[in-house]
Amino acid sequence: MLSRTADNLYWIARYMERADTVARLLEVGSRITLLPSAHGYRSEWDSLLQATGMAESFAGKYGDPVQRNIESFLFFDRDNPSSVASCFTSARENGRIVRTALTTQVWDALNTAFQELKVLERLPRSELELSRLTEWVMRHAAMVRGSIDATLLRNDGYNFLNIGYYLERGDNTARLMDVKYYVLLPRVDFVGSGLDNYQWTTLLRAMGAQRAFHWAYGGEVTAPKIADFLILNPQSPRSLATCSAGLVNHMGRVAKAYGRDTAAQDKARVLLAEIEGATVEAIFEEGLHEYLTRFIAEVATLAHAIHETYLSGEMR
Amino acid sequence: MGQFNEMYQGAAVRPPYARLEDWLAAMPQELRSLKQAEAEALFRRIGITFAVYGEGGDPDRLIPFDMFPRVFSAAEWAKLEKGIKQRARALNAFLVDVYGRGEIIRAGRIPARLVYQNEAYEKAVAGFVPPRGVYSHIVGVDIVRTGPDEFFVLEDNCRTPSGVSYMLESREIMMRMFPELFRENRIEPVDGYSEKLRRTLASVAPKKCKGEPVVVILTPGHFNSAYYEHSLLADLMGVELVEGQDLFVDGEYCWMRTTEGPRRVDVIYRRIDDSYVDPLCFRPDSMLGIPGLMDVYRSGGVSICSAPGAGVADDKAVYTYVPEMVRFYLGEEPILNNVPTWQCGKADDLKYVLDQLPDLVVKEVHGSGGYGMLVGPKSSREEVERFRAKIVENPGNYIAQPTLALSSVPTFVEEGVAPRHVDLRPYCLVGERIELVPGGLTRVALREGSLVVNSSQGGGVKDTWVLAE
Repeated sequence: MLSRTADNLYWIARYMERADTVARLLEVGSRITLLPSAHGYRSEWDSLLQATGMAESFAGKYGDPVQRNIESFLFFDRDNPSSVASCFTSARENGRIVRTALTTQVWDALNTAFQELKVLERLPRSELELSRLTEWVMRHAAMVRGSIDATLLRNDGYNFLNIGYYLERGDNTARLMDVKYYVLLPRVDFVGSGLDNYQWTTLLRAMGAQRAFHWAYGGEVTAPKIADFLILNPQSPRSLATCSAGLVNHMGRVAKAYGRDTAAQDKARVLLAEIEGATVEAIFEEGLHEYLTRFIAEVATLAHAIHETYLSGEMR
Repeated sequence: MGQFNEMYQGAAVRPPYARLEDWLAAMPQELRSLKQAEAEALFRRIGITFAVYGEGGDPDRLIPFDMFPRVFSAAEWAKLEKGIKQRARALNAFLVDVYGRGEIIRAGRIPARLVYQNEAYEKAVAGFVPPRGVYSHIVGVDIVRTGPDEFFVLEDNCRTPSGVSYMLESREIMMRMFPELFRENRIEPVDGYSEKLRRTLASVAPKKCKGEPVVVILTPGHFNSAYYEHSLLADLMGVELVEGQDLFVDGEYCWMRTTEGPRRVDVIYRRIDDSYVDPLCFRPDSMLGIPGLMDVYRSGGVSICSAPGAGVADDKAVYTYVPEMVRFYLGEEPILNNVPTWQCGKADDLKYVLDQLPDLVVKEVHGSGGYGMLVGPKSSREEVERFRAKIVENPGNYIAQPTLALSSVPTFVEEGVAPRHVDLRPYCLVGERIELVPGGLTRVALREGSLVVNSSQGGGVKDTWVLAE
């Protein structure tokens, strides 16, 4: 297929997954602020922006991180390329370009999200509750994802969509976990306290993983269990292990279809092998933040290799 | 001039429309509104948006669709088909000639200045003969009707005539909504168009191409108003839809960038203007296009459809000479006539035009889309006078034609059903064979009395039927 077509499909997936994460971030943020004892320290909203790498562009436009501005920035702001509005619009535009590579159901799902967004944008902000907005985003992200899984031909286009999804999700899980690091950094003595547990639970809830976590582990919510769940557990749908395995799988299918294994596949396999060989103890020894930072960088390198190999059309 | 209604002759119904009278009688107002809403929903759902070449406008705009079909009998179509094919042959012969020896000019049948000083004349392809001697592979001939047997060609489109997606989608929607009509009437299908187009394009593969030619459609991109059509055609033909950035030249060939590495391209059906084909050749200032493509083209490494330079044949000033081309190259009498045309650049014609201005239609030579034109009988005195001043200032820029009493077809309007004026654009394919699917794009002027069918000026479309014998 045309490299540009593969690129459009890959970005549909990345934008949809990103919108989903941004909605979850908003959820995490607003729940953390509901905790009275967290006040007086570094602003939780600021932590959230730090973790997503959007702090600077936010400060440049809005100044102080107050909730209403954060909501505008993360949800409606078209100047922010990662806002929900930007992501849904870009995903739909990418879909329009490759309209014929999609089924009617996938296109409908993308187009409906975009049309409803335009309606939301016209409503007065006072009528829009944050929880309603985040639910709305997650619902549409799931509809697009579901129609892809239910209706799309399992060809190379399907693989490039999935590569986009897993790459973005792995990156986003790492970033969401890192929010915790930024929130807690100033007060190490919080670790293991009731506040600490509350924040971890909030994080799980934002990822829609609270119940799954309890099924898998039971008992107390502790940092090592959560790290195991979100990093190492191949049963957890958002874990770094699951995302890396998904990448290896779909990149392997591409390599097989094209009869050529490339440096990009090598990188993906290394990423997965590292996670499969890791233990929670080793991760905490390295430092959770350091570990996540390294993972995010490795995912970026992999994304670059995928771009160079398949999406740029430069392969000769 | 009496006005020709294609369905009714007084109280009698003309035979091609015979069964539609019952259909209309059996459709109550409520059902009609329901069906109209359904049609619109279908168009929205498939995402069809459309604008005829050069009209511009909102890319997400829907063109109004009228459910009342326009019908031709087999005999009527047979004549049209012969005339259109004849014209397509003559236009291509003209193009080969003017980029070659220029016999028609030497013979004094057309002024040299009109051809060689024409903006659309591409010196870069002089002396080059494209595969099978075809420059214009898709010829869109705009035709109007004034009587049972009176058809006139309004203009030719030799470059990239658009609108064929509407021919295809209108038919799909009509078949879905009114299957009984298609059982009762024997209507020739149009869905063979994409297969014929693919065959036509493959038949003009360059001489260096071995094996099954790789065909692509080249689009300016998703912001273009006809993007839907480009992607529909690519989908129907099963070929890639590429943008300039997807193609590059290496060695003697043109390649597209794919996920499996470069893949050679043999035939490019381009839906972009000449000037954007190759910046090295046409527009050094342009970032668009594929550098070096013209060298590959001229050395037989790739075919470009329509061929660069084809536009000189559909210029409004050259149009006047098409009947002459038919006589000169084919030794035949034209089956389809031109609308009589006065060229304001000629002193005698100018005098006549200025005298008769309130009765004439005046157009810019290079204009399109119904802009920059005067419809004398429909204009106020002030408008006529303002236009007169523009003509006097630059006479060479204008041509004039009599105001034709365009035929009308029953059309669903607010108050029920009423006659509205129509034109017709069939799409003639020229390659190894010359082919025409039985149908075309019928545009209808939805405003009462209006003669302007352009979608930007309140025009809509109808399904066009050709009845089997």
